[in-house]
Amino acid sequence: MSTDAKTSVTTQVYEVYIKATAQSVWDAITTQEWTAKYGYRGKMEYDLRPGGAFRAHAAPGMEAYGMPAILIDGEVVEATPPTKLVQTYRMLFNEDTKAEGFTRVTWDIEQNGAGFTRLTVTHELQGAPGMAAMVAGKFSEQGSGGWSWILSDLKSLIETGSTLA
Amino acid sequence: MGDDLVFKALADETRRFLLDLLFKQDGRTLTDLESAIDMTRFGVMKHLKVLEKANLIAIRWAGREKLHFLNTVPIRLIHDRWIDKFTERQVAALAGLKADLEAKACRPTRKRA
Repeated sequence: MSTDAKTSVTTQVYEVYIKATAQSVWDAITTQEWTAKYGYRGKMEYDLRPGGAFRAHAAPGMEAYGMPAILIDGEVVEATPPTKLVQTYRMLFNEDTKAEGFTRVTWDIEQNGAGFTRLTVTHELQGAPGMAAMVAGKFSEQGSGGWSWILSDLKSLIETGSTLA
Repeated sequence: MGDDLVFKALADETRRFLLDLLFKQDGRTLTDLESAIDMTRFGVMKHLKVLEKANLIAIRWAGREKLHFLNTVPIRLIHDRWIDKFTERQVAALAGLKADLEAKACRPTRKRA
């Protein structure tokens, strides 16, 4: 087995086709009004320039369960609206993942001719096995949560105006 | 639209096995996957193409190497739209039962407190 294949093993890729424009998908990812409506319902704060801060705020009620006010933090590496967003990503709500430090998330948004936009989330998780398990949805008993759950909910919100959860 | 492609892609033992292989170790090449299956390279390629069309496999290039990644979102979508609909009540009932039993076992005085 080549070393290339080995280094790629820790990367996870999630893809979904959404019946919407690239701009609406971009807005759903980067604006607080939208991010509070799907997935974990927290407000995502992005300073959309290289070096700008990223903070995922806890949704109302989460702090009662002992969650910190900022769940995830990171930095914007590249912001090219509405097609590409690269950022770092560190989970703060769990001591193990916090110690694993920053990983890298790339959002690729590509509109095709048929009225669909392909959203691809590539999460590079070298040295972060705890976070890798969480974003793969292995942290709740029902196997829910993680990127596939978030993207499924996002698709539902954009296409139908309501979420599944 | 995409649901048909996903159900069809999953309705084949070899293709499910390919997904299992990627679940164990993601980001593999055709050559790598081929070595784990008793089938011609062309046969494996055909199955991978079906999985790719159903969006169950995402492709990433590392230089000239084509890497295949398991994409779980279509399965999640089917789960959220179909399975959830039919199992919601049972799951809710079981979750409620579990909570009740655990509350009784661990915190017998909780309700009175």
